[in-house]
Amino acid sequence: MQLIFEKSRPGRGCTILPVCDVPEVQLPEQLKREQPLPLPELSETDISRHYTALAKRAHGVNDGFYPLGSCTMKYNPRIDEEMAALPGFTGVHPLQPAATVQGCQKVLDTAKAYLCEATGMDDITFQPAAGAHGEFTGLLLIKAYHEARGDLHRNKIIIPDAAHGTNPASAVMAGFTVVTIPSNADGCVDLDALRASVGEDTAGLMLTNPNTVGIFDSNILEITDIIHRAGGLNYYDGANFNAIMGVVRPGDMGFDVVHLNLHKTFATPHGGGGPGSGPVACKEILRPYLPGCAVAGDSAPKLQVKGFYGNFLVVLKALTYMMTLGAEGIREACEGAVLNANYMMSGLRDLYPVAYGQRCMHEFVLSLEQLKKETGVSALDVAKSLIDYGMHPPTMYFPLIVHEALMFEPTETESKETLDEAIAVLRALYELAYSDAEQMHQAPHHAQIKRPDEVQAARHPVLRYQR
Amino acid sequence: MGHYIPSTREEQQQMLDSIGAQSVAALFADVPASVLRTEPLDLPAGKSELEVRQAITEMAGENKVYGTILRGAGAYQHYIPSIVTYITAKEEFVTSYTPYQAELSQGILQSIFEYQTMICDLTGMDESNASLYDGATAAAEAVAMCRDRKRTVALVSATTHPDVINTIRTYCYGAGHELRIVPQQNGQTDLAALQEALTDDVCCFYVQQPNFYGQFEDCQALGEVVHQAGAKYIMGCNPIALAIMKTPAACGADVAVGEGQPLGMPLAYGGPYLGFMAASAAMVRKLPGRIVGETVDADGQRAYVLTLQAREQHIRREKASSNVCSNQALCALTAAVYMSTMGPEGLKQAAVQSMSKAHYFARRLAEIPGVQVQFGDQWFHEFVTTLPVSAEAVLHALDAADILGGYPVEQGILWCVTEVVSKAQLDQAAAIIGEVCASCS
Repeated sequence: MQLIFEKSRPGRGCTILPVCDVPEVQLPEQLKREQPLPLPELSETDISRHYTALAKRAHGVNDGFYPLGSCTMKYNPRIDEEMAALPGFTGVHPLQPAATVQGCQKVLDTAKAYLCEATGMDDITFQPAAGAHGEFTGLLLIKAYHEARGDLHRNKIIIPDAAHGTNPASAVMAGFTVVTIPSNADGCVDLDALRASVGEDTAGLMLTNPNTVGIFDSNILEITDIIHRAGGLNYYDGANFNAIMGVVRPGDMGFDVVHLNLHKTFATPHGGGGPGSGPVACKEILRPYLPGCAVAGDSAPKLQVKGFYGNFLVVLKALTYMMTLGAEGIREACEGAVLNANYMMSGLRDLYPVAYGQRCMHEFVLSLEQLKKETGVSALDVAKSLIDYGMHPPTMYFPLIVHEALMFEPTETESKETLDEAIAVLRALYELAYSDAEQMHQAPHHAQIKRPDEVQAARHPVLRYQR
Repeated sequence: MGHYIPSTREEQQQMLDSIGAQSVAALFADVPASVLRTEPLDLPAGKSELEVRQAITEMAGENKVYGTILRGAGAYQHYIPSIVTYITAKEEFVTSYTPYQAELSQGILQSIFEYQTMICDLTGMDESNASLYDGATAAAEAVAMCRDRKRTVALVSATTHPDVINTIRTYCYGAGHELRIVPQQNGQTDLAALQEALTDDVCCFYVQQPNFYGQFEDCQALGEVVHQAGAKYIMGCNPIALAIMKTPAACGADVAVGEGQPLGMPLAYGGPYLGFMAASAAMVRKLPGRIVGETVDADGQRAYVLTLQAREQHIRREKASSNVCSNQALCALTAAVYMSTMGPEGLKQAAVQSMSKAHYFARRLAEIPGVQVQFGDQWFHEFVTTLPVSAEAVLHALDAADILGGYPVEQGILWCVTEVVSKAQLDQAAAIIGEVCASCS
């Protein structure tokens, strides 16, 4: 398909702005742009068709099954989008007087009430724009807390080896040294290793529960207690919050601070990579360090992680969703997610070994190590083959502790027949691996493109259109 | 079942039977009994779509949407062409994830590749990433790109937006490195003070163009001084102004960032907005976040993929160049559709008209006794005036006429005018301000 620049024709354009009704002011020569601005010149028809064609070459969760593990690709309700498009929200300047933004304030206050109750926390900031941004923010709260107590040598954050890659990256950005602890034979935290790693330099622990192999760590109370006794704080990575919301709260499990991914658990769309929203909720002891906004008049906030107050419209979409679900609906969503994951796993585990455990929470990890050994068909081959069946592949090769990993998260918004169909396709692919491995090495066969050459892309980067 | 759960009770029972579980509760057996909730959360019951619509619409009604907006300070009201809103609401764009699987994400990947090209064209820089959270975080990430073992101190001009300064400060606090503010003189960066501040432990200098007061900085001169001292040069630019002003590349910038909100995003109480970032070719492997590259598929056809992933957190973990995972892809798409719709002439018109109308308004205000335009006369679409009366009195009178006045600053008021405001609206605002000044003096 042509790039938008290749469709450009000199002299084409759209009539958008009126003629200027005041005398024109020019920039002095030394400030003027020297090069021409080579934006495409197109009619509105050209633009409409170009982007419609691009949209047809995309696959969203509203297009089909999207069991991308750890990403919680649940259905994104249309009402949430419509509410976020109301002019009463989109037309509001972030620096309007407080009396003129009571509606926006109510949105934030109500979302705060829902999320603090759901997490068992006391306060929240909506400033972080994404999950990783929330991690960074939460870790800064921990850092500021220890510093304020004069506890200046707590510079280590303990992170299990199965953690999301953002965890160690965020810890380093917040100035901590990462202590990686191994998982035990069940894929959970190795308590002895944890005990051996804590000390007077422990700032805290970052943990996902359920963890990235989809298992709820039943030692959770002991784990958080070990950290507290050592003088550290517990950070809950909320990427997997869909597995526990309404059933058990991070605040009750001994966590002091948590980030949520509103774009996962609370059904706001991912937009091809963002915008998300990663609010950070915390216990009373961390409240004094929550970030503020300088230009909105917060006097010299100690912390500020972004301009203004966060991705407001995303918070609004999440609030619309939470109000729709209510207390019982939030729990039902969680239970539905766990039920769907267990059902899908039970339909596959006789062919594809499950990495850990007998049951799972909202997601499960299969290991295709044996299949690869016997047929040469890899996790990648199976993932790519799914594309020919109109399914988005699961997360591949994560967590790193499982070889040939495929991580499925079906979510609660998928029907039994969608799961049955996916199970049938995966079972058929297992048979195909033994009968025609070559066909799977070449998959997908009916997609927009064949497999791309990623090595060339990285070795000789072409990151913009070459005129 | 409601609330977006398709399974019926009967189907759920079939699924439980198939798993061999007694009940849904049995699936949560690993949760310690002492923390497993038996009571529902203390939240309102779920509501129908109609009830939720009414409740949220009521909240929207409690906000005031001004007929005329003369306030910027980091968020700018520009005209958003109808097609931008329609295209960016397409479900395929809205509901897809980061395009990890290139074979069914070519539309998303190509749209990002086109966005990266437009950001390079706008800034004159060599390479762009796929977007960051907003202008403030893009500035903070740019500072982190410039740091090395020997050079760790970041310099930021005092003429920078306060949110950007604070965000950079917070990121520096995290990393354990120092931030120093270079003072301003008459609304511009003090060049002599900058020269003095450029010690050999300084990694970079950040300047905003036009700056927080709307003033154009002498960015080329600043860049020369910075490079002479061996530091990197970061410019934070207004993307609409870039249609007419000297590019950061031409000013010698190593990294160009900015708040992309003016490119088709509504004010929306501060977000979601768009952080754009482009760099010189030498710094491409230090760029944070996603980057899309062109390649070929197994049939030799042109194709697009996420690339240079060896920089990223899911590969490098604690050694990653940044922790960025999600970005603002849909906002980047918005910017690309906006720039395509405006075209080179239209974007230039948005810039020229904003600047011309702001200067017209400044002339009208300067006619009022006691009102003086501060600082130099080289500014874009924002300017500061003194007032003979309190800012509060002026803003109050404007508010009564459905006009959001400028942002109060130490010297008076920081005004902003964009292309959406008509001459008649400006005349009306000037008349009201004139009356307030006359009646109070």
